[in-house]
Amino acid sequence: MNIKILGPGCPKCQQTEKVVRGVVAESGADAQVEKVTDIVQIAEYGVFGTPAVVIDGEVKSVGKIPSAEEIKAWLEP
Amino acid sequence: MKERTKLLLIAGVFLAAYYIPWSHPIIRQSGLEAFMMLQEYAKEHVLTCLIPAFFIAGAIAVFVSQASVLKYFGARASKILSYSVASVSGSILAVCSCTVLPLFAGIYTRGAGIGPATAFLYSGPAINVLAITLTAKVLGWQMGLARAVGAIIFAIVTGLLMALIFRKDDAARTSGQIYVPDAGDRQRSLLQDSLYLLTMVLILVFASFARPADGATGFWPMIFAWKWYITTAFLLVLAFMLKAWFTRDECVNWVDSSWGFMKQIFPLLIGGVLVAGFLLGRPGHPALIPEHYVQTLLGGNSLWANLFASVAGALMYFATLTEIPILQGLIGSGMGKGPALALLLAGPALSLPNMLVIGSVMGVKKTATFCGIIVVMSTIAGLIYGSLAG
Repeated sequence: MNIKILGPGCPKCQQTEKVVRGVVAESGADAQVEKVTDIVQIAEYGVFGTPAVVIDGEVKSVGKIPSAEEIKAWLEP
Repeated sequence: MKERTKLLLIAGVFLAAYYIPWSHPIIRQSGLEAFMMLQEYAKEHVLTCLIPAFFIAGAIAVFVSQASVLKYFGARASKILSYSVASVSGSILAVCSCTVLPLFAGIYTRGAGIGPATAFLYSGPAINVLAITLTAKVLGWQMGLARAVGAIIFAIVTGLLMALIFRKDDAARTSGQIYVPDAGDRQRSLLQDSLYLLTMVLILVFASFARPADGATGFWPMIFAWKWYITTAFLLVLAFMLKAWFTRDECVNWVDSSWGFMKQIFPLLIGGVLVAGFLLGRPGHPALIPEHYVQTLLGGNSLWANLFASVAGALMYFATLTEIPILQGLIGSGMGKGPALALLLAGPALSLPNMLVIGSVMGVKKTATFCGIIVVMSTIAGLIYGSLAG
């Protein structure tokens, strides 16, 4: 599983990365977490707002810090 | 921060502490001015203007649905609507500057195209609530109004010009799925949300109501005499609204987000005020930079002064709101009103670092055109405002 956090480095984006990494570590899911800060790459996903979370190419959340429960639900197969 | 950067920083501070002639009268005067200016902000602007403005910005970020605005930036949105929304949406979407660039890139590559994208890119940082209120408070309401109106007009004209100049390229954009933030559930009607925001704006207006000219009679001095009663009345109304219409969680989110803005912006503003005070001093009190330099370069309302202000503003990076104390210092040292507006219009929207990012999104040619349009228009606006305001 590949998780991408899209965001240029604002406080909310860092918070999102922290929450996602926390949930992944806690659940022991087999996932790589990657931070995408390049504006051009972010725009390729078509997200109108950051932070955004993309899991295996699918946009899961846009413009907010997702809650730990939401992230857990995405990680389940 | 890299270790090498830290070393350079410490070395820089050390060299400054070692070599700056601190006992020299001019340096002493400048250091004093820095703290006098900080005190002026603390006494005059923080409680009555900035704190209410932070709460308004926090409320906008939490309660105004971004999705309802963003749908006007889609590829199939009506063109007239996208331009109008782009020109004013900065006040809603761009309270945090980190949202501007990704959203711009999104609108440009997937959404409504280069026109609305550049209109938004310009208006975003230029017309947010905090910037306009503090400009009006510190530099006078005329300047605040000129900044707000100028920014909206500039955004539309820049967007239309960019769309016209590069109309062929726009056809080649990739189309694809776009994702906007969720609307979230709404418990309140639009009327309730608007009344709530309006109450806060009124608190801000009355709390920072300026003392009328001495000897004036009639309406304004009466409001001034009553301003704290009126402000308290609106605070009570606000408390009632919060109790009746909002859940506990919503209030917590609102305070959190206002606190987020304060944490982000206060340190930058304090730094900006200290630097502006040290270099330029308060009006009527000279500091490090001699006033005749400022007067020669930026005084009066010549074409040269306006152009210089626009180009300098376009290249310089201003952290959120710091442009205001810097301009206050410059005006106090003899900068003309026209060049001041030119700098306000060209400054916050453009800077060397963000030109590089914009360049990576839409290419050097378009970026250069975009900056060129803004510099030319700011110069013209400065000339016009300077001749009106004198």
